[in-house]
Amino acid sequence: MSAGGSDNLPWWVTGLLLPAINVGLALAVSALVILAIGEDPVGALGTMLRGAVGTGEGIGYTLYYATSLIFTALAVAIAFHGGLFNIGGEGQAYIGGLGVGLVCLALPGWPWWAALPLSVLGGAAFGALWAAIPGWLQAYRGSHIVITTIMFNFIASSLMVYLMVNVLIKPGQMSPESEAFSASMFLPMMADMMGAIGVEMDSSPLNFSLFLALLACVAVWAFIWHTRWGFALRATGANENAALYAGIDPKRVIVVTMALSGALAGLLGVNELHGVQHRLMLNFPAGLGFTGIAVALMGRNHPAGIIPAALLFGALYQGGTELVFDYPTISRELVVVIQGVVILFAGALEHMFRPALVRLFSRRPVAVSKPAGA
Amino acid sequence: MSAAPSPVSPAWAVELVGIDKRFGPVHANRDVTLRFSPSSIHGLVGENGAGKSTLMSILYGFYEADAGEILVRGKQVDIRTPQDAIRLGIGMVHQHFMLVETFTVLENLLLGHEGGPVLGPAMERARAQVRELERQFGLEVPLDALVSDLPVGVQQRVEILKALYRGAEVLILDEPTAVLSPPEVEQLFRILERLRQQGRTVLLITHKLKEIMAITDRVSVLRRGQVVAEFITADTDRQALADAMVGRKTSLSVDRAPARPGEVLLSARNVNVIDGRGVTTLKDACLNVRAGEIVGVAGVAGNGQSELLEVLSGMCRFDSGMITVKGQDINPSTKYDAADARRRGLAHVPEDRLKLAVIKEFPAHESAILGYHQDKSLSKGWRLNWKRVVAKTVSLMEQFDVRPPNPHLRTALFSGGNQQKLVMAREMEREPDILLVGQPTRGVDIGAIAFIHRQLVSLRDRGKAILLVSAELDEILALSDRILVMCDGEIVGELSAADATESRIGTMMAGIKDAPATQAVAEGVSA
Amino acid sequence: MEMFLTLLSLLDSTARLATPLLLAALAGFYSERAGVVDIGLEGKMLVAAFASAAAAALYGSAWVGLGAGILASLVLALLHGFACITHKGNQVVSGVALNIVALGLTAVLGNAWFQMGGRTPNLPADARFGELTLPLAEALRGVPLLGPIYYELISGHNILVYLALAIVPLTWWIAYRTRFGLRLRAVGENPAAVDTAGISVTRLRYQAVLIAGLLCGIAGAYLSTAQGAGFQTNMTAGKGFLALAALILGKWKPVPTLFACLAFAFADALQTRLQGVALPGIGEVPVQLIEALPYLLTVLLLAGFVGKAIPPKASGRPYVKDR
Repeated sequence: MSAGGSDNLPWWVTGLLLPAINVGLALAVSALVILAIGEDPVGALGTMLRGAVGTGEGIGYTLYYATSLIFTALAVAIAFHGGLFNIGGEGQAYIGGLGVGLVCLALPGWPWWAALPLSVLGGAAFGALWAAIPGWLQAYRGSHIVITTIMFNFIASSLMVYLMVNVLIKPGQMSPESEAFSASMFLPMMADMMGAIGVEMDSSPLNFSLFLALLACVAVWAFIWHTRWGFALRATGANENAALYAGIDPKRVIVVTMALSGALAGLLGVNELHGVQHRLMLNFPAGLGFTGIAVALMGRNHPAGIIPAALLFGALYQGGTELVFDYPTISRELVVVIQGVVILFAGALEHMFRPALVRLFSRRPVAVSKPAGA
Repeated sequence: MSAAPSPVSPAWAVELVGIDKRFGPVHANRDVTLRFSPSSIHGLVGENGAGKSTLMSILYGFYEADAGEILVRGKQVDIRTPQDAIRLGIGMVHQHFMLVETFTVLENLLLGHEGGPVLGPAMERARAQVRELERQFGLEVPLDALVSDLPVGVQQRVEILKALYRGAEVLILDEPTAVLSPPEVEQLFRILERLRQQGRTVLLITHKLKEIMAITDRVSVLRRGQVVAEFITADTDRQALADAMVGRKTSLSVDRAPARPGEVLLSARNVNVIDGRGVTTLKDACLNVRAGEIVGVAGVAGNGQSELLEVLSGMCRFDSGMITVKGQDINPSTKYDAADARRRGLAHVPEDRLKLAVIKEFPAHESAILGYHQDKSLSKGWRLNWKRVVAKTVSLMEQFDVRPPNPHLRTALFSGGNQQKLVMAREMEREPDILLVGQPTRGVDIGAIAFIHRQLVSLRDRGKAILLVSAELDEILALSDRILVMCDGEIVGELSAADATESRIGTMMAGIKDAPATQAVAEGVSA
Repeated sequence: MEMFLTLLSLLDSTARLATPLLLAALAGFYSERAGVVDIGLEGKMLVAAFASAAAAALYGSAWVGLGAGILASLVLALLHGFACITHKGNQVVSGVALNIVALGLTAVLGNAWFQMGGRTPNLPADARFGELTLPLAEALRGVPLLGPIYYELISGHNILVYLALAIVPLTWWIAYRTRFGLRLRAVGENPAAVDTAGISVTRLRYQAVLIAGLLCGIAGAYLSTAQGAGFQTNMTAGKGFLALAALILGKWKPVPTLFACLAFAFADALQTRLQGVALPGIGEVPVQLIEALPYLLTVLLLAGFVGKAIPPKASGRPYVKDR
């Protein structure tokens, strides 16, 4: 996972142009798919756009999806800077949600502002644990993080089914859901909060968690680029041996990085369960853990890029839902296709456009010394 | 030259005419014309980056030249891939062996030359053919052993055999002696002699002038991608070659006053390191380094020097013995990592710069605090104080003349010499009492070499203890006040600067112990 | 006798369940031994399952379906090669991307073309791979012990089951006894050695990736036109990853991989039977535990708690020429 190659491209090429090319290509591929179905791509994309940002409710939903995506994308990004490809965001979010749910179920009657720090802690701790195990296995036992996290996604899924069906299910009920949390601890809805300060807003699942997500962005940014720990993390990610030389224990850094990554993924449960569903249930991460990979890659693993990328994918999710109403032949999995194409172009084919862009925009580094250095 | 294959054969085995090659801004070869005759050993010398390896890679089809032509046995040829080169009878032994470690020797020989889609019958034919080649050239190798189980010298013979099996008339060897001990070098040279007698052409790339003088018939000198001189070896000497390589009069010696050693600052007593496979890579290492002296460690690469540096610098654990840093004892159970070592005033310039000492993706100012990022002076509360880091980097760059003096440029974009100066600046800036230095001038241009050597001597003169590991015997001899020789994980002897000669060190490097020298080590320890 | 028949039918379903795993794991074998990590087995199987079911439904022929499945899988394999070999992209990222594309695309196209919520029409018997009765199976049925084994277990599978089993020794022979196999194994260990021997690394790796595509194509076709009778959204349900796990447990060797696939399939077959059954001394084993067992085992193995699996040295790394 190269963080950028050794060329010197201006920031706006890597930061804006490259992502724009990737989105453009992803949309072009989707247009082709829509054409293949026999529908009108321009009309369909217009509907998606209207659905996502055309109404207050649409915007609310878009931001609600973006909230979850920020958490899972930050999880991918922080692991990436530590040199680790964490595909396990889905499972970590799932188990993290379990932590959120258990905390919420254990505190009946608490006010939301008192319960929130604990549910955040619960989600982060459970997610961290689920990610730290693969991290530990990679650092100390040499197993490959990618394979282990994939396996942990499946194990998480089995574990959750078992717990929901056999342990946490609300007695006397068929569908595997827990009892509802106390109404007193429901996180405030954005529409209600805005209403309280006199701003009209359509109701949507958008809730207080958005602030938490934005806070996480700032925290991750400060941590990675402005602390000694972040320095150690990036050094380990770029070159484990150099980290060892610098007196950093790369093994410990790997475990801690994975734990932080899992903790961030685990916060998805705060938005989905503490914020919206208000109970423990099956499959609430609904692929958002995987989408986090696309969001992180598109946002170049930087919070400043992840926020717009999460908004874009939030809009795609929401727009995709609207699309299905108007175009019954198109299903909402179209968003999944777009997501895959973005990962392909922004991730696996990152080297395809780069050389051309380097030729166009590269600033000649000032005197790279004589022709020696070959 | 009586061994020429037949009277009709042309005068030259290979001709390179007007070869030109650029890699982006780097002009690796400029209008190079070279001719090699059959039944000869032709040396190719030049500094790092002079374009020797690029030229030979072009001849072997690894790269394509931008301009120029290649003639083999008088005929103009088109070499686009190694396949073409092999077909034309050109073989190459790379500096890093091109062997599949999980395969047997025979499987490695067969690769690319299998003789049919199914292996079975071809395998036995190949075995017979290889046996014949072994006999012809005196190359003994166990055909059914796994390559990973063979010592380096034997692996190199497999490489040579592989080229011959593929029908090489012209054999290119890229720095073949870098990994060999002196006796292994002699053995290699015997094989090369044999090849010459049998009418083959050997192209020897090296930067060791002694070897050039010992075995080649002719020698060409490359500098900055151009051929700057050609000699008949018998008519020249080392000094002339060195001057041609550098382009001006050179001096291999460094001006320095005799050492005035003080108290022992760093010592090791019976230190052992056992690696993951259970192999003892460092055996009973004992040494003392005093304030105000440079102790050199000589040896063929891979004989425990890396482990010695890593153990002393806290990068790797040891299994038994004791290290003493400025009077404080460190056992295998003492917590001692690279950060602890630095806190105790021990700095380390490692052997492999790009692998350890800098992070090439980082901007220079981040590489410039590697190892010191915990330093309180570089932080403001919980945050790293980037302003101060950048200012510090600028001052380091000034002191050590790092070019370009741009702290925001990515580390990878600096030349090897400038990266090394940045590392030396970082490690020497805090006036460490003890400095461990590995291969300080590897991949560094001549101008920077002299600068780095001066810096080391001046640090010594300020009363610091320096342990210098180098594979370059000349460097060891030029800088050291005392010399330790390592072989097979052991320190096999010690010589004072006055007693040290190349031949004495060379014998010790091969593992032949020098009786009085071992005595000296023992005395040194008890002192 | 009843125990014996139960065991036979258990083994019989093991064979059926093992087939797609085995084909996909062998696909992974070729790709990974050549140094190209293949997380995308799942996606290739999925597009193949969809294309096979769709084509079989349209043309009424299982063979046309198989062809379409292989073709679809090859397209994905080529994309993987394009990203990882030609453009030296990250192999894991590419695999993840292709899995997601496959999941989305099959659902979108399935829904649009057949309007059955992502399913394809139910295939009639002649558009599927039917069960073959081996010679004399009926006649020998009465022979004690061997008769039932022959009739129940060995005979009565569709042709793809036998094909998959035959590919195991074939793969072994190719890998260890042919020129192609020698080069394949070499390029996964040290591509530079292959390059300097005058063999194209790119070409070899593309060949390996395409073989993987072919085998995943057969595996996918098996799911929707032999084992099942049509396509459903995400019908592979993790089988590609299970195959990957089997390959790792088999330490990247064909025969041990076969046994790992059989073991996983046996657990799967057992799980259906164990539901709700209390075992003496243990009590009821949760289905989910049996489901998760292969994944747990893989984790333990990779961590060196159960033997040690060492992947091909160059796997995961794009080949870049350097000096």
